[in-house]
Amino acid sequence: MNAIQQVFKREFFGYFRSPVAYVVMVVFVIASIGLTWFPGNFFDSDQASLAILFTFFPWIFLLLVPAVGMRLWAEEKRSGTWELLFTLPISVTEAVIAKFLAGWAFISIAILCTLTMPITISILGDPDWGPIISGYIGSILIAGAYLSVCSLASSLTKNQVVSFVIGVILCMTILLMGWGQASQLLYSIGLAREIVEGIANFSFLPHYQTMTDGLIALKDIAYFILFGGFCLLTNVLILER
Amino acid sequence: MIEVKNLSKYYGNKLAVDNVSFTVHKGDVLGFLGPNGAGKSTTMKMITGFLVPSSGTATVGEHDIRKSPKQAKELFGYLPENGPLYEEMTVYEFLDFIAGLRLKPEEKANAIQRVSETCHIQEVIDQPIETLSKGYRQRVGMAQALIHDPNILVLDEPTDGLDPNQKHGVRNLIASMAEEKAIILSTHILEEVDAMCNRIIVIDNGKILADEKPEEFRKRHPHFGGVRLEVENSESAKKIKDILGTEKMIQKIIEEDKVLLVLPKDKKPIDALILSLIKEKNLDVRSVSSQPTALDHVFKQLTNN
Repeated sequence: MNAIQQVFKREFFGYFRSPVAYVVMVVFVIASIGLTWFPGNFFDSDQASLAILFTFFPWIFLLLVPAVGMRLWAEEKRSGTWELLFTLPISVTEAVIAKFLAGWAFISIAILCTLTMPITISILGDPDWGPIISGYIGSILIAGAYLSVCSLASSLTKNQVVSFVIGVILCMTILLMGWGQASQLLYSIGLAREIVEGIANFSFLPHYQTMTDGLIALKDIAYFILFGGFCLLTNVLILER
Repeated sequence: MIEVKNLSKYYGNKLAVDNVSFTVHKGDVLGFLGPNGAGKSTTMKMITGFLVPSSGTATVGEHDIRKSPKQAKELFGYLPENGPLYEEMTVYEFLDFIAGLRLKPEEKANAIQRVSETCHIQEVIDQPIETLSKGYRQRVGMAQALIHDPNILVLDEPTDGLDPNQKHGVRNLIASMAEEKAIILSTHILEEVDAMCNRIIVIDNGKILADEKPEEFRKRHPHFGGVRLEVENSESAKKIKDILGTEKMIQKIIEEDKVLLVLPKDKKPIDALILSLIKEKNLDVRSVSSQPTALDHVFKQLTNN
């Protein structure tokens, strides 16, 4: 436990040592609130809800999370510090978990920076807090799932840019599998309903949407835990090679 | 303290380390010698558990590095090649991080104080590592390896990139720890081995070619124990050759331009014998000196075959 704590501390505060982290955070907050206000027609919708914000999150995360996750292992490999890390009394599993948790904590803080939206709404109207809370839980979970993919991608290369690109492509592919339009396309080429639904269910999106609708179901939580667990386990195996 | 058993490592089809075995005890300062790419670093990486061996294993203290890596890693301090460090941290933050993984919270402050003194890094303790010179970086790398005062040290080219004064400092540091620790260090600088090590392992193409004390290693030199006699002219050279040639202890006399190189039989010392003969027979010699036997000659000979 101590090992995880020490590496977590180093990694987490490491984000704040570089200006890039602040830039990423500011861009994320501006992008998510800006998209909600203007393309999302937040004010015209005349609703005291965050449904529009939550629709944009998975798409914004496609850039935010790989930007945060790309350095996790690629940077260690490039600078050679993983040799130092893995000859200290810490297991690969502990290191992977610690780094993942640090990145996840950082992204969660970025997500919580958009809490200004629900606060504003509660001043202007009378929002239903249920879907807002479950939506934020879903957002943090889906960001975690993305990050587990990006951590895995980062362990495949010593180049952060390559790691970023692999992360974006993998996350986008998995995300699109659950997108309504993609499912329509699969129906139109004659795939059976069960197969299309199966593919969609593998995606983050349906599980996330249930949560933004205000429902926290055990199966959705289980999906995120299993998905993240699988990616991180693969990550450990790659590093242990 | 370290037992290396039949370690081998393949990189693809290339055999980088070939069935290497040796043991290091307390008090040993083992110099790991070899040309670049000989397998020194790969062996060290396997001993410290960074690389998984293709076969064989290493035991550190009581612990097998593959079966109980965490316990084994607690016992040694390791300075990897090129001293990789977390550049964005300050020296203090970095040492605090390593200490956090290796020590109890209440021991950290003292340990950081101790290593920053022994490695002379107090004056840069609050600087980000990325702003430090190569010499300071290497010393920060040493400091992290020493932070838990380990009984075993594995140092991959510890003096690499240091200026002569700093090299001297590191050598003294290693010498001061030699008695109570087991130390493995790799280098391709032979004078360093002379200055620090009491045991030499030469490795080339992944195989151990020699594992012995520096004195024994030196004996491999074809001119070991030789005595150089500088003479006035070829006449006196001939006279000396005739007299010394009859001695049983002397194997061979090589003449080259007013210098006679007298080589002993079985590498036994002959300096006393020659000095007494010069006196006794009143030989005409300008100077007498022992033939220098540089380690690099032996090294070259061993690794060129």
